Amino acid sequence: MRKSVTIGTFLAAFGLAIAGLGAGAGNVAASAQPKPETMEVKVDNFTFGPAELTVRVGTTITWTNRDDIPHTVVSTDKVFKSKVLDTDEKFSFTFSTPGTFPYFCSIHPKMTGKVVVQ
Amino acid sequence: MSEKKADELWHDHNNDGVDRRGFLKCMAWAGTGAFFVMQGGILKSYSLSKMPKLGPRSASDLSFVQISDSHMGFNKPANPDVVGTLKAAVDKINGLSTPPEFMLHTGDISHLSKPEEFDTVDQLLKSASAKNVFFVPGEHDVLDDDGKQYLERYGKGAKGAGWYSFDKKGVHFIGLVNVLNLKAGGLGTLGGEQLEWMEDDVKHLKHSTPIVVFAHIPLWSVYPQWGWGTEDSAQALAYLKKFGSVTVLNGHIHQTMQKVEGNVTFHTAASTAFPQPRPGTADSPGPMKVPAEQLKSILGITDVTYVRGKHALAVVDSSLA
Repeated sequence: MRKSVTIGTFLAAFGLAIAGLGAGAGNVAASAQPKPETMEVKVDNFTFGPAELTVRVGTTITWTNRDDIPHTVVSTDKVFKSKVLDTDEKFSFTFSTPGTFPYFCSIHPKMTGKVVVQ
Repeated sequence: MSEKKADELWHDHNNDGVDRRGFLKCMAWAGTGAFFVMQGGILKSYSLSKMPKLGPRSASDLSFVQISDSHMGFNKPANPDVVGTLKAAVDKINGLSTPPEFMLHTGDISHLSKPEEFDTVDQLLKSASAKNVFFVPGEHDVLDDDGKQYLERYGKGAKGAGWYSFDKKGVHFIGLVNVLNLKAGGLGTLGGEQLEWMEDDVKHLKHSTPIVVFAHIPLWSVYPQWGWGTEDSAQALAYLKKFGSVTVLNGHIHQTMQKVEGNVTFHTAASTAFPQPRPGTADSPGPMKVPAEQLKSILGITDVTYVRGKHALAVVDSSLA
């Protein structure tokens, strides 16, 4: 009697595991439709290019410093903040909420940019 | 300008207000081949060649040297050997006819605020004849930590983010910090706390006390489009209106430039590391690559002398060539 209960419990657990696998596969298929996007911003000649970007929620933006002078990428509203980026160093941030995100280089504050997330 | 007189600038102050408009008198000299002066808002260049002979100095005179923008750690084509050029600057200092009593370093000691970069500069400056060095930070010295490391290394006895004052032979020196808490779209910033301190610092000084203010980013509007200016410098200068002689020494723009306005002489020093373009002459203020054989002619040091009885300080630039 006790033995069969154990086996039943095992089977139930196995079944749940199979169902879980199925659900997991379904999730992968569903999220494949809106592909996570990636965008690039280059820093050249003390300028963010493009200075303004409009992207979808979930987009990852990567900034690359191509100047001979270090720069930073700092959100004016403190949403994101890179470490100092020397030549060819990169910083990435994934925008998971809609909104407007102005940013600047905290070393050269005349350098400004903006990301609009829709 | 005759060659001998061109090397000196003694300007008498006539109690002109700092904010007086309409008449700007500029005189300048340098040993750097080319020297650029803002005159009535227009950039003028003078070509001069000789180090000045200021003649014998008395024991009560004060002589010091300003160096700036060593950018230790920089290794790009504009100068792959910033150690070598800083050594050349030290050699130049050691070769001055009158040994300076101390040095001012107006910031960007390091390129990336790395401990080893500061260590290298400290080590190289030890071989200078002047042992005492007074620093103010550049924006490259306060990266990623809001200046914590800079303060630990150089800020002993300083207030706030590293500002301080001291007196030497009757001259009052004020070191200011304008490279922290920079706002998007803005220029260098002193901030309310520092301005209050400065107002209090000069309040009890006699009007005849010569004042030397030094800070990294220019305290006058050199070229705001490139961030070459300080948002609230007018307030700082207002506190200095009552003084007969004010000399403002800055770095940051990697080129010599001078302006005289009323009782204030503004001066920027050359870098010991790499040159930057003249305002508006390039797409950006990034490092300027020049032929290797020309590099030392546009890097340099600044020698400053105060002679008792004369109101103004003599400010002389000399190249590393």
